[in-house]
Amino acid sequence: MLHLAPHDLAGAPIVELKDVSCGYQGEVVLQDVSLRVMSEDFVGLLGPSGAGKSTLLRTMLGATNIYAGEVWVEGRRLPGRRPRVGYVPQLETVDWNFPTTVEEVVLMGRAMEGTLTPWTSRSDRAKAREIMDRLGILPLAKRHIRALSGGQQQRVFLARALVSEPRILLLDEPTSGVDIRTRDEILHLLDELNHQGITVIMTTHELNAVAAHLPWVVCVNRRLVAQGSPEDVFTPEILKETYGAEMPVVKYQGLTLVAEVPHLIGRKTAQREDEDVRTARV
Amino acid sequence: MFEPLEYEFFVRALIAGTVTCGLCGLIGVYIVLRKMSYIGHGLSHAVFGGAVVSYVLNFNFYIGASIWGFLSAMLISLITRRRPTIGADAAIGIITTASFALGVALISRSSGFTRSFEAALFGNILGVTENDLKAIGAVTVVTVVLVLIAYKQLLFTTFDPEVARYYGVPTEWIDALFSLILAATIVVSIQVIGVTLIAATIVIPPIIARLLTNSFHLMMILSTVVGAVSGFVGIYISYYIDIASGASIVLLAAAGFVGALAFASIRDYVATVRTHRTVGAPARAAAPAVEHELHP
Repeated sequence: MLHLAPHDLAGAPIVELKDVSCGYQGEVVLQDVSLRVMSEDFVGLLGPSGAGKSTLLRTMLGATNIYAGEVWVEGRRLPGRRPRVGYVPQLETVDWNFPTTVEEVVLMGRAMEGTLTPWTSRSDRAKAREIMDRLGILPLAKRHIRALSGGQQQRVFLARALVSEPRILLLDEPTSGVDIRTRDEILHLLDELNHQGITVIMTTHELNAVAAHLPWVVCVNRRLVAQGSPEDVFTPEILKETYGAEMPVVKYQGLTLVAEVPHLIGRKTAQREDEDVRTARV
Repeated sequence: MFEPLEYEFFVRALIAGTVTCGLCGLIGVYIVLRKMSYIGHGLSHAVFGGAVVSYVLNFNFYIGASIWGFLSAMLISLITRRRPTIGADAAIGIITTASFALGVALISRSSGFTRSFEAALFGNILGVTENDLKAIGAVTVVTVVLVLIAYKQLLFTTFDPEVARYYGVPTEWIDALFSLILAATIVVSIQVIGVTLIAATIVIPPIIARLLTNSFHLMMILSTVVGAVSGFVGIYISYYIDIASGASIVLLAAAGFVGALAFASIRDYVATVRTHRTVGAPARAAAPAVEHELHP
């Protein structure tokens, strides 16, 4: 069951971007972005490939060049001291041949904690085991990371983020490359974490999954196109502005869903050709 | 077997060879896992340039060559980070060969360098002095202590440098520290193995270890042990069959690689056969029934 977005609550936002233009090495990727994310929000960043979704996440991590505007995370202005956020990268960027186990990866989230010893403290190990247990991957602790399914791999990196005890969780396409069941499992898990008080911000291409699971959506395409609840944002006009394509919207059981557009021109042509052939035969 | 131990020069060579090769094995784990195997080869050539410049300026060889190697590594890192269009391999190729060429140019100006030139290129294990051993000992102790202290940060940085940065790991400092350790390791290894063969002692032991284990800390231990054993045995072999110590160490390590590769291939083959038997048995048991249904 979805809880209401705390987006409209009063108080200071946990993440705030004011007229931000940012990018890398002199190239502006995102322009004039203003965004407020409240504590315990669950936000989906949508947009086509190359629109700047990952750049927006990295900006919240203090890992891009900010050319104009201000970025505030947990009351601190960036760039400056890096905010304490949990980050889950795209699985495609992981070196799966690296000799490391599930437990070792999870404990990387505590790399900056504890003593100057090569081994992790008992309390860090206990914390890692508790989170692995919560995410259902404790029995896999000693396995090599390659020997896991897509959903299990995603949970490992989620556990690494959680073990650092973040208030904000940033996820870069956590649902890419997994089947529908795993995708739903991941989104339910994130929803649970959100209910436990963690602010979740994720990028995704799964529009309908966003409509079903996320209370707040931000559409970007080199700039901020729209933000609001899926019902407000998923309109053919906004989606066309975001993706540059016609995307019909349908209502189904109270959800606003985006329908696939068939290749009408090609089909009509093929159909017409069929009819022509039939006419010729007749 | 114990006869060569009567010679002081051999004992010094044995200690120097074992310790430096073990050290190269330890450092090599990070190099191989970061897919930077070429850096060992390149940096040894850069250090050669630094060694010659130190000699010309009458500066301490160890300090001068280490600083030179460190600055070369930092320059490669800086160029790669600031100009991603220039790949790391190209940056290594440019800076290290330019440094090597500088060394060669300075040597060609003086005929007195010829012997030192050969010793630097191919190693001169029999010329290891007490001071060399002290330098090797100091670099080893500092490296081991730093690797132990920064183990967790080094592991995260090696696994995923970009994400490690997001988690607060000072990756730029870790890289700088690592470049310093690597440069110092190469400098103390030149005397034993020579510029031309150092890369092999950095790359082969970790690769052997990687073939044998899936665990990072086991890989570090195995790689160090493989390096030390190849150094120890290689120097013994070089004494008995009278070949250059660097060559015998590297050939022995290469033989170890072939053995590890064969072992890993057989292990994987046996695992595949076992899986086929486990998974295939019920399928075979069910197969006649299906056949019967299809062809009654």
